[in-house]
Amino acid sequence: MSVSGARVLLHALLLGAAAITLFPLLWMLSVSFMAGGEASAFPPPLLPAHGTLANYRQLFGQQNIGRYLTNSLSLAAMTTLLSLLLNSLAGYAFAKLHFRAREPLLRVLLAALVIPSQVAMLPLFLMMKWLGLVNTYAAVVVPAMAGIFGVFLVRQYALTIPDELLEAARIDGASELRIFTSIVLPALRPILVTLGVFTFLGSWNDFMWPLIVLTDQGLYTLPIALATLSREHVQDNELMMAGAVLTVLPVLALFLSLQRYYIRGILMGSVKG
Amino acid sequence: MRVGYAGWAFAAPALLIITVFFFVPVLSALIVSLTDFDLYALADIRNLRFVGLDNYRQLLHAPQFWRAVANTGYFVAVGVPLSLAASLASALLVNSRLAYFSAFFRTAFFAPVVTTLVAVAVVWRYLLHTRYGLINYALAHVGIHPIDWLGDPHWALPAIILFAVWKNFGYNMVIFMAALHSIPVDLYEAARLDGASRWQELGRITLPMLRPTLLLVSILTVAGYFQLFAEPYVMTQGGPLQSTVSVLYFMYEEGFKWWNLGSASAVAFLLFLMILAVTALQVRLTRDAQAR
Amino acid sequence: MTAGRSPRPPWLLTVLLPLLCAVGCGSPAPHQRVVSVWAMGREGAVIAQLLPEFTKLHPDIEVRIQQLPWTAAHQKLLTAFAGEATPDLCQLGNTWIPEFVALKALEPLDRSLARSTAVQASDYFPGIWDTNIIGGTLYGVPWYIDTRLLFYRRDLLAQAGFAEPPRTWAEWSRMLAAIKALVGPERYGVLLPLNEFDTLLVLSIQQPEPLLRADGRYGNFRSAGFHRALGFYREIFQRQWAPPVDSTQISNVWNELGRGYFSFYISGPWNIGEFTRRLPPQQQDTWMTAPMPGPDGPGASIAGGASLVIFRRSRHKAEAWLLLEFLSSPQTQKRFYQLTGDLPPRRSTWRAPELSGNLYARAFREQLERVKPQPKVPEWERIVTDMRLMAERVVHGDLSVEEGARDLDREVDAVLQKRRWLLDRGRTP
Repeated sequence: MSVSGARVLLHALLLGAAAITLFPLLWMLSVSFMAGGEASAFPPPLLPAHGTLANYRQLFGQQNIGRYLTNSLSLAAMTTLLSLLLNSLAGYAFAKLHFRAREPLLRVLLAALVIPSQVAMLPLFLMMKWLGLVNTYAAVVVPAMAGIFGVFLVRQYALTIPDELLEAARIDGASELRIFTSIVLPALRPILVTLGVFTFLGSWNDFMWPLIVLTDQGLYTLPIALATLSREHVQDNELMMAGAVLTVLPVLALFLSLQRYYIRGILMGSVKG
Repeated sequence: MRVGYAGWAFAAPALLIITVFFFVPVLSALIVSLTDFDLYALADIRNLRFVGLDNYRQLLHAPQFWRAVANTGYFVAVGVPLSLAASLASALLVNSRLAYFSAFFRTAFFAPVVTTLVAVAVVWRYLLHTRYGLINYALAHVGIHPIDWLGDPHWALPAIILFAVWKNFGYNMVIFMAALHSIPVDLYEAARLDGASRWQELGRITLPMLRPTLLLVSILTVAGYFQLFAEPYVMTQGGPLQSTVSVLYFMYEEGFKWWNLGSASAVAFLLFLMILAVTALQVRLTRDAQAR
Repeated sequence: MTAGRSPRPPWLLTVLLPLLCAVGCGSPAPHQRVVSVWAMGREGAVIAQLLPEFTKLHPDIEVRIQQLPWTAAHQKLLTAFAGEATPDLCQLGNTWIPEFVALKALEPLDRSLARSTAVQASDYFPGIWDTNIIGGTLYGVPWYIDTRLLFYRRDLLAQAGFAEPPRTWAEWSRMLAAIKALVGPERYGVLLPLNEFDTLLVLSIQQPEPLLRADGRYGNFRSAGFHRALGFYREIFQRQWAPPVDSTQISNVWNELGRGYFSFYISGPWNIGEFTRRLPPQQQDTWMTAPMPGPDGPGASIAGGASLVIFRRSRHKAEAWLLLEFLSSPQTQKRFYQLTGDLPPRRSTWRAPELSGNLYARAFREQLERVKPQPKVPEWERIVTDMRLMAERVVHGDLSVEEGARDLDREVDAVLQKRRWLLDRGRTP
């Protein structure tokens, strides 16, 4: 095959694949602007006959989706901030500070990566009940405040900080806390952005645990609210699409603006073995 | 020693959280799985009995559990290879020296990965609708009769597999792309001097060089696909005919619907053992292949 | 751990403060007069419209309503119980009452009832009142009556050559066959969603044998009666009188009955309101309700319904009882009936012209003469779910009727194992 022939074929394949991956998302957007019942027709329409914001108005007006949006945002933000703090402290300690039992601890953590989190879920619920935290945000945030993956991600990156830098600061009499805030944190910035994006997306998209532990409707996150709504409003196709758009859009925007950092996280995560 | 204390102090908060909210629950799960912890026990702890391995024994004799295992096995056995093939193919296409706009295509292929699973599952549920869904509409144009995707027990799991591949393939694509970048260019140049075709290049250089990445990626993907839950929860609620009940869905129902926490914990451990066994098998097979 | 002796970062506390708030913000402050109410599906939406009256009577009580979807309600309630997050007042299906009584989750109501003038036990239909009494103690006050019967298309039935709705299974079979012949392969006689257990339960409860035996210690699904019910249920699908679908695939049952996708639908009183509201005016005289046909004559149906219960953990029991009394008053019930079509459990409310004049409600009144209670065991919800799953497999041809009944019996015996253990030790489950 000639080079130009190959190029045409290649781009045809690429465009076809992109059409398949993007179509559901674009269709979701389009249907969210349709009038109630419009999409349940044959043949299925691709574009709204008369674009309308009625679905969004109903979601914010009657379905209280603003509340869920705020819940999701504050939960994800809180989880991200706290886990960045705890994971960076620990990741740095495991990379650069020598303390007793460091190496065996590291091995235990690494081995524990293979345990699926669902194993812990049932007793975790009983524990939350015992602590009186069921149906509070703390039940969602506290267990997510530190994670093995996060600690390792930071550790890998922190290994690249030159020891001389830290030693020099120690000789100058800086406290360990001071060294951490003024030297280590700035050096870790790129990986913290990566971890932050990961944690935020993970927390935003999380489903099973919040589903179990949050019973009060006022505390629902967007995915839980959407799953609940979609069981009640099976027939309201257009309304559900508007809800899906509101759920997906914030994370998609975050990803698009911080794509570089996110992909670095994937690559670092995949070489951990 | 100052640095020593600082190290402990810095690591302690994270370790405390991980210990209290991960290690302790995992160990308690093991204990709970040896009891008949249920609603009666929740109401009055005196109704709790230690039952040894009874939960495990009962599960291994329960057809519903085996159906969940079979469904999950099907999902993994079909879904993982499909997903990896899509990832690898798209990585090769986007990475091609001839491709324009590769950054755009990479982002387009990756977009589904970051979307919220529940939301896009709802979207797909409508796309898969028997009478008004666009997928059946498109299939009708090539002469395929409407398929009752989520209502027919033979099609529900394949539909969920399609959805999962769409949602996930971008993730591994990124990893493959990085691995492709790291293959030395002179290998290809040498092959071309020997007159190798593109397909031969793929078979003789690219795939062998990707083998370590392939192993790693397949281990991660298998472990992930074993944890199927939200898709059936949103799209089919385990139906039709229990054909989309995964092991994790089974655990969820057993634990948080019927509150048989003892038996649900046993399910969780059996799932863990299954993942471990399959991972070990993968590593073993790859080693054998390399030895040859 | 040595953490205590090292410099502790003081800002850690600052960061943890918002968390402490999150813990506290989760539940309402205890000193307010707040009653939290959970209600399911349509009732949850309607209850808000009844409240202004209540607020006029008791301006100092704030009522917070949460609406649960029916499909998630049972599970949600159990989670709330496990997490000690139950509401004050709650709508509870009367078959769930034994379960929550076993959990010691419900407040006995006998003393409140004795003091009350608004709630009079003698005004309630005794069969329904009885479903709220477990071991001689009252745990709920009936809110509305629920049973299952036929909704059908009068015009399509007439076209198929029948002037009257069926009274026996045999008559019904003939009608379904005639309608199927009339409407062709794309349409059906009846809709029996495979993810609902109601129809099979009704058919089984019409049989003389009880569904459980030996004081609820064992299943009784190997009985001849259950075989007959399951066999008839399977036949309806086998002859393609019903489509083998579940309700998530029929997104809009009201439109689909209007379009004639099926001509019979087995459902409850709330659908009187839905059909009245959702079908266009010109179609209003094409549908009607009829009592359930039985094996050899007018058949029984389930004594269902929802009750209002007060949770034992509630800190606002007095306020919750006030709201319960308000919701049980004949005036409120009349209004509730107008809004939902849910049938009131009090005789005095039935005398209102709105109710006695409703053509669609007549069949229900007749059906209520022939309702049977379901077994009062805490495991009942799980048992009917297992029954539904088994029936789905029988319909799909994976199991024969005999195998299905045998498997179900075995599963139910296993589910009831703990109950037997408790009973044998003299503890009340």
